Amino acid sequence: MGTPLLVQNAGEVSLSGTWTLVSLMASDQDPRRALAALGQVQGWNLLGVERLDSAAAVLLWRTWGRRWPERLEISPTLRATLERVADLPPEPPAVRDYRDSLVGRVGRLTLSILRNMLGLVELYGRLVLDLFFLCRHPRDIPWKEFSANLYKAGAQALPVSALVGFLIGITISYLSALQLKTYGADLFIVNILGISIIRELGPVLVAVLVAGRSGSAMTAQIGVMRVTEEIDALSTLGVSRTIRVVLPKVAALTVAMPLLVVWSSASALLGGALAAFWQLDFSFNYFFSMLPKAVPIANLWIGLAKGAVFGFLIALLACQFGLHVRPNTESLSMRTTASVVTAITLVIIVDAVFAIFTRNLGMPS
Amino acid sequence: MQMPVIDMQGIWSQYREVVIHKDLSFQVQPGEVVSLVGGSGSGKTTLLREILGLLRPTRGSVRLFGTDLHDPDPIRQRDIRRRLGMLFQQGALFSALSVYDNIAFPLRELRFLDEDWIRELVLLKLAMVELEPKHAALMPAELSGGMIKRVALARALALEPELLLLDEPTAGLDPVRSQNFVQLIKELQRAIGFTVVLVTHDIDTIYGLGSDVAVLAEQRILIQGSLDQVVALDHPVIHQFFENHRNRSAA
Ligand SMILES: Nc1ncnc2c1ncn2[C@@H]1O[C@H](COP(=O)(O)OP(=O)(O)OP(=O)(O)O)[C@@H](O)[C@H]1O
Ligand SMILES: [Mg+2]
Repeated sequence: MGTPLLVQNAGEVSLSGTWTLVSLMASDQDPRRALAALGQVQGWNLLGVERLDSAAAVLLWRTWGRRWPERLEISPTLRATLERVADLPPEPPAVRDYRDSLVGRVGRLTLSILRNMLGLVELYGRLVLDLFFLCRHPRDIPWKEFSANLYKAGAQALPVSALVGFLIGITISYLSALQLKTYGADLFIVNILGISIIRELGPVLVAVLVAGRSGSAMTAQIGVMRVTEEIDALSTLGVSRTIRVVLPKVAALTVAMPLLVVWSSASALLGGALAAFWQLDFSFNYFFSMLPKAVPIANLWIGLAKGAVFGFLIALLACQFGLHVRPNTESLSMRTTASVVTAITLVIIVDAVFAIFTRNLGMPS
Repeated sequence: MQMPVIDMQGIWSQYREVVIHKDLSFQVQPGEVVSLVGGSGSGKTTLLREILGLLRPTRGSVRLFGTDLHDPDPIRQRDIRRRLGMLFQQGALFSALSVYDNIAFPLRELRFLDEDWIRELVLLKLAMVELEPKHAALMPAELSGGMIKRVALARALALEPELLLLDEPTAGLDPVRSQNFVQLIKELQRAIGFTVVLVTHDIDTIYGLGSDVAVLAEQRILIQGSLDQVVALDHPVIHQFFENHRNRSAA
């Protein structure tokens, strides 16, 4: 690899060797500084230059003050390279500003929230219309996609939801038992665990888990389909994207969530019973025969209903966020994050609403 | 004898059981421009990926500039990669960056050039691929198919690397732009003497470049030589590929 050489001789500067980005970077004495340090120059001789790339040409052009020097000896090939620099349009390239002012950000955020709410309503309406359509054309019901989603979002979530439920059950039971023992109110462990897990913890826990697991996956999948124009290809083939893509996901999660809630609550109760056995010497038999008396059956229905509503919301949000991904990686990651965060927040809000409207139901008299 | 820029010997590649290359050898000397031709699915892109080190052949050795590509030292790896430029078949632009930042990316990675210098170089590359300064702010998703190709070419040219690999650079360009592309490569080649390997299905490009041709068929390099030498070979693949070319010269 050659090096850039510069010789000043009585007002004439001769360049020779290799003038390329690589050789400039590798050169020991910085040619940039040498060029800048030149004083009065009468003429330039570039005949000895073997190679001249654009980066070096730009450097020379800048040294010359953006015009041709009066005396210049140069081969036609190198002149062509320099001419390309000389012929550049004077206007600077348009620059994209990635930043955003505070006002702009707040405004855009508000608008995007409104747009998303509108989009949700629109998507919901679309799904209802699709349901009517499917009632009349049952052959178009996407059974395969439905069962695939049921498997992915439901069956494959069984191990992790059982594990999480079990551990939470043990923890709550253990901590409650410590407190109850000091008051001698051991018996109430069944009430505390039963109501809190079946009615509240089970559904919310599973919702958070599913939002992180399936919600993000759905948004990412639909988002990538948008980025790679697969969604457009589907529409072109006359396949409704809501029927084929959105509906199976929403339906599957609405069905799978209540089942997961029961499963996870059951394993939490098992964990709770185990801890009660260790701490309070409750036999399993006693624990589970007390359970129906301490926890009215309405709590189970509330838990199931919550599961279905949460599942519906998570899937609907995930699809809505996925369908509006803009075709770049940044938007994809932002939307996936937003989908999970919004889903969890919304689940907690809806849970509070549930608590208010069901306050008279399922409490032991 | 100079050291070849690309030296591939006894390359076997396969995707699972499917063998793509079988005992393939391929050499390119410094300053050569080689057009790699072959049917669709014959493994041209795969070959380029192996030259880049993105893919490791099952057997055989790949040497670039006389050094083994799979050097364990990350600094040496980076230095070799900086001497290469690649235009991917699908563009592979960074979708989260604007056109300007896509082209400036390799320049900034050097940590050597100041922003003014970079800006002028980006302008220059844009002009080389016939894009206007106002296009610099667009995002890749806002570009047409041919524009994506040209921005990707500008990014591949950003460092004016010693070895340029181009995967179908003229696919999706209009004929005039294809001609200008050929002109550009020839001019750059004269000025900096880089080595170019380009995959193409476009006879006019090969003809315009006046370059050597390597034919990939039967899972190996069937022949590598000047256009006349290649056309003279009696082989069905070559008949098929250069048929139109012959008809036209006959007419
Ligand atoms: N990631 C992969 N996994 C499995 N097979 C692959 C993969 N990539 C390519 N192939 C197979 O390898 C073969 C060669 O592919 P390659 O992309 O190299 O073809 P090509 O010569 O570039 O074709 P084209 O001119 O259409 O671009 C094809 O048959 C393709 O199916
Ligand atoms: Mg290819």
